[in-house]
Amino acid sequence: MAVLAPILGRLVKALITLLAIAVLNFFLIHAAPGDPAVVLAGEAGAADEQMIAQLRERFGLDQPFHVQLGSYVWNIVRLDFGYSFRQGAPVLDLILERLPATLILTLTAFVISLTLGIALGVAASARVGKASDSVLTTLALLFYATPLYWAALMAVLVFSVELGWLPGFGYETVGAGYSGLARIWDVIKHLILPASTLGLFFMAVYMRMTRASMLEVAQMDFVKTARAKGLSGPVIRRRHILRNAILPVVTLAGLQAGQLVGGAVLTETVFAWPGIGRLMFESLAARDYNTILGVFLVSAAMVIVFNILTDLVYRLVDPRIGARA
Amino acid sequence: MRTVLSIQDLSIALPKGADRPHAVAGISMTIAEGEILCVVGESGSGKSMTANALMGLLPPGVTVDGGRAVFDGQDVLSLPETERQKLRGSRIAMIFQEPMTALNPLMRIGEQIAEVFAAHGMYGPTEREKRALSLVTEVGLPDPAKIMRAYPFQLSGGQRQRAMIAMALALEPELLIADEPTTALDVTTQAQILELILDLRRRRGMGVMFITHDFGVVAEIADKVIVMEKGIAVEQGTAAAVLEHPQHAYTRRLLDAIPTGRLPQARKLEHAPVLELKGLRKVYRTGGGLFREAREVRAVDDVSLTIARGEVLGLVGESGSGKSTLGRTVVRLVTPDAGQVLVGGTDLAALSEEELRRSRNKVQMVFQDPYASLNPRHRILRALTAGPVAMGKPKAGAEAKARELLEIVGLGAEAANRFPHEFSGGQRQRIGIARALAMEPELIVADEAVSALDVSIQAQVLDLLRDLRARLGLSILFITHDLRVAAQLCDRIAVMQKGRLVEIGGVHDIFLSPQEAYTRDLLAAVPGADWAAENRTRGVS
Amino acid sequence: MIRRFASNKGAVIGVLILLIVIGLALSADLLFPRGPWAMVQRPFLVPFTMDGFPLGTDTLGRDVAAGLVHGARVSLLVGLVSTIVALAIGVPLGAVAGFYGGWADEGAMRFTEFFQTIPNFALAIVLVAILEPTLTSITLAIAIVSWPPVARLVRAEVMAVKSREYVDAARLAGLSNIRILTGEVLPNTVSPIIVMASLMVATAILLESSLSFLGLGDPNAMSWGYMIGAARTVIRSAWWLSFFPGVAILVTVLALNLIGEGLNDALNPHLSRKGTA
Repeated sequence: MAVLAPILGRLVKALITLLAIAVLNFFLIHAAPGDPAVVLAGEAGAADEQMIAQLRERFGLDQPFHVQLGSYVWNIVRLDFGYSFRQGAPVLDLILERLPATLILTLTAFVISLTLGIALGVAASARVGKASDSVLTTLALLFYATPLYWAALMAVLVFSVELGWLPGFGYETVGAGYSGLARIWDVIKHLILPASTLGLFFMAVYMRMTRASMLEVAQMDFVKTARAKGLSGPVIRRRHILRNAILPVVTLAGLQAGQLVGGAVLTETVFAWPGIGRLMFESLAARDYNTILGVFLVSAAMVIVFNILTDLVYRLVDPRIGARA
Repeated sequence: MRTVLSIQDLSIALPKGADRPHAVAGISMTIAEGEILCVVGESGSGKSMTANALMGLLPPGVTVDGGRAVFDGQDVLSLPETERQKLRGSRIAMIFQEPMTALNPLMRIGEQIAEVFAAHGMYGPTEREKRALSLVTEVGLPDPAKIMRAYPFQLSGGQRQRAMIAMALALEPELLIADEPTTALDVTTQAQILELILDLRRRRGMGVMFITHDFGVVAEIADKVIVMEKGIAVEQGTAAAVLEHPQHAYTRRLLDAIPTGRLPQARKLEHAPVLELKGLRKVYRTGGGLFREAREVRAVDDVSLTIARGEVLGLVGESGSGKSTLGRTVVRLVTPDAGQVLVGGTDLAALSEEELRRSRNKVQMVFQDPYASLNPRHRILRALTAGPVAMGKPKAGAEAKARELLEIVGLGAEAANRFPHEFSGGQRQRIGIARALAMEPELIVADEAVSALDVSIQAQVLDLLRDLRARLGLSILFITHDLRVAAQLCDRIAVMQKGRLVEIGGVHDIFLSPQEAYTRDLLAAVPGADWAAENRTRGVS
Repeated sequence: MIRRFASNKGAVIGVLILLIVIGLALSADLLFPRGPWAMVQRPFLVPFTMDGFPLGTDTLGRDVAAGLVHGARVSLLVGLVSTIVALAIGVPLGAVAGFYGGWADEGAMRFTEFFQTIPNFALAIVLVAILEPTLTSITLAIAIVSWPPVARLVRAEVMAVKSREYVDAARLAGLSNIRILTGEVLPNTVSPIIVMASLMVATAILLESSLSFLGLGDPNAMSWGYMIGAARTVIRSAWWLSFFPGVAILVTVLALNLIGEGLNDALNPHLSRKGTA
């Protein structure tokens, strides 16, 4: 119960958040200039009179405002995100078809950036003031200032166009007909550039945070106690400083998950990665608002899942949480 | 007795730009087996630096630049770091001041103790745990098996300090360095920890270097004393010699400044009450939510008392007794759940926000932390005039009054144009007192107003309060955890425990014939109480 | 304080770079009076091959250097204004939440958490897409996704300062809540807000360029992100079209980050000391 109760609380909160986003979506549709029905049909789609009338009926656009809101939210609750006239398919199907690619990309980037960021941050803090620390912090500062999509483009230019080491676009080699391990290897090769360019910025964030946190914890009283016990430097760093220093980094990683998922739109655009970010980009050009809002909602749901995951990790690391309740 | 440690001519250099070149300049001392040496001094005297130098735990930039510290035939100061690391925790152990932060919050107590064995490559995992358990038992922690699995946040301050001591004792060190180990603890807990250290010294025969600022503690446990002032040892000798016949002026000043058991003459008090508390209650609820149960703490539980015009009432109690909440309720920084706070017939507890603001001048407060009680961005003049001006006093009048008050509290009128950071802690407390006086209050609540100050500064501020009481007929509710301070200034004493008023009475009655068991415990726990009693008879005769 | 800032090499470099960027932005009409859209040479002119067009030309023969200099205006303007708007939302909200506590805090923080959960770049895309891309809508969208950290910071700072004894003293002086908040509490929270603001300008510039890259820039304003986005498909043949605007963004954002760190070290010396020990 001590473990389950807070998770249950988180899930309730998550559902409320998603409902609130649905409401926000509804208001956004109405904030758009022009007839909501036309907005929903999508400008670039062949929005003929009949279709508009159909939409008006479906969303109850002739009815009072609150009824419209109710039916819109109810549709979302039933996982009916509407129809993409542009693509000729229900939005949910479009998203579900593309979701695995995005999950693979964001999770890989998340894991890479977090582990590398923490490892490099620890390394830098252990060599504070030395040349290797300066090199690492300067690199972090550079990555921190680099636009995601530009890093992606430059990576394509260097590693794909010039050197020809890695494929520069797509999810797998089209028409190669790989299967089994060969296919997995093919996907991994396609994944390396997108995942590392997406993770680059976040790696810099986690590294800076880890370094600062390690240095801060190193000043704490219990570290002095550990030294007074006769523990060696590396043991103190591993057993006493690291665990305490990682906690704020995990919190930050949870908060940054939103940015990571948002950043995927850019990465997927550059690499023609067939995920929901790419779907959003394509829908932008087509003004396919149904799809844009659907992707928006699903990406928010992904962020919530990331948040719950980091929360669980935090609970595993910190005994004070949960026991306190 | 065999000498455990012999320090000769130790000097410790501070980094450039510090207020003096040396933290410690040429001190020497010896500690024998089974002996407790107390290193006494005020903040900045260099006493902790000495301990850290021995352990090799000096902060960056601070270095030993002269002298030797001979332990077991070798100079520990010149040993390479790996050798010193072997000594630390095994043959020389150390405990610290702040038990709340000195333990790793993410590690179980048992692991933290067993780690000492691991650090020195002793025993296997099972044996380590067995020994840790017996140490936990030895330092008198309740339910040892449970404590072993507990995390620090689940232990009280006193229990954490016991766990620290268990860790320090793990490898039977010949020397224990204790850096103000009881300063952060309540007086009754402090007495228990001192008892424990005395007991362990007896059983294990280790030498102890005990660092403290409190001569009461010295009287309680010291065999030998060394008094430090600004990095120099001004006096050393046996405890009896230093306490009874101090030679150096600084030692005498410190001893004189110590609030001893000397009780003030009983004064005749008026009958007219300046403050009446009737049935005051404040309950704090914490936690609570969809899936959690709320917890209730009765901070103030049905307290009634009065303070006469011109009276100083001391409110004493340990942390968590509710004394501070009571004080904050009297000035209505906290609104009580029930009861009345009558000042000159007005019930402050019942006033609306707007009425309250107009009546704010009636009761003022002097705060504990001299570094947090003044807005760093405002000049002193603004701190002293903001209140009177808000009360509708003309600005020129308020400023003139402010300068006059700064003279009265001994700072001089020119202090008005300066900023808080230009003043020392004691001076800031004087400003705080002047700020309270500027409102011409009927009652001043002093909440641990001298607790953060060094003992000699403390004495000066207490003198000022005594002087103001005589000159201005001040009524003061004087809140303190330190019975010795209360005894110096107060006409009557009120004792609080867990939100309830345990006992209230004249200062002589409370100190000489306490009625309640808790009051007796509290008095018995005051460090150096017996010595103070002797001192008192001497003072009277 | 200024001396501490000036002794920070990184911060001084940051200020110099930023001054150059601002200078170029201000003199854009003098340097390139024909504007960034004018087709001045043949398309795909390779950099460093023709005098007067050191950075080459784009797919339509527009001068890349002119685009960069005019684009600086959009980046700086959007970065600055959106940060000011975000502060205008976040500071009062955080201040009220931290100062009054209770249900005001509860409500304000739920609201902030909600906005922090939403993937901010995705929300910015949705907002700009629906409101039609103009400088105003872009600025507004960036402000709307950037204020939550401000509110959280201000709330935390206000709560810390509120518990100081001088605030109690001000209360006992009979000052009203609003005077205590504005006169005693908020002035003691400005340093971390200034630091955060300088970093926010940097983030806002990145966000603006990302939106423009996706084609959500103001169609009437040349911007760095747009230049890269337009050149994305020709990266194989004309690397310079995406390279130079990217460098411009990187350098500007880096300068702002360096300034932010310098300000942090200068304004919160006790914090930075921890980092150098």
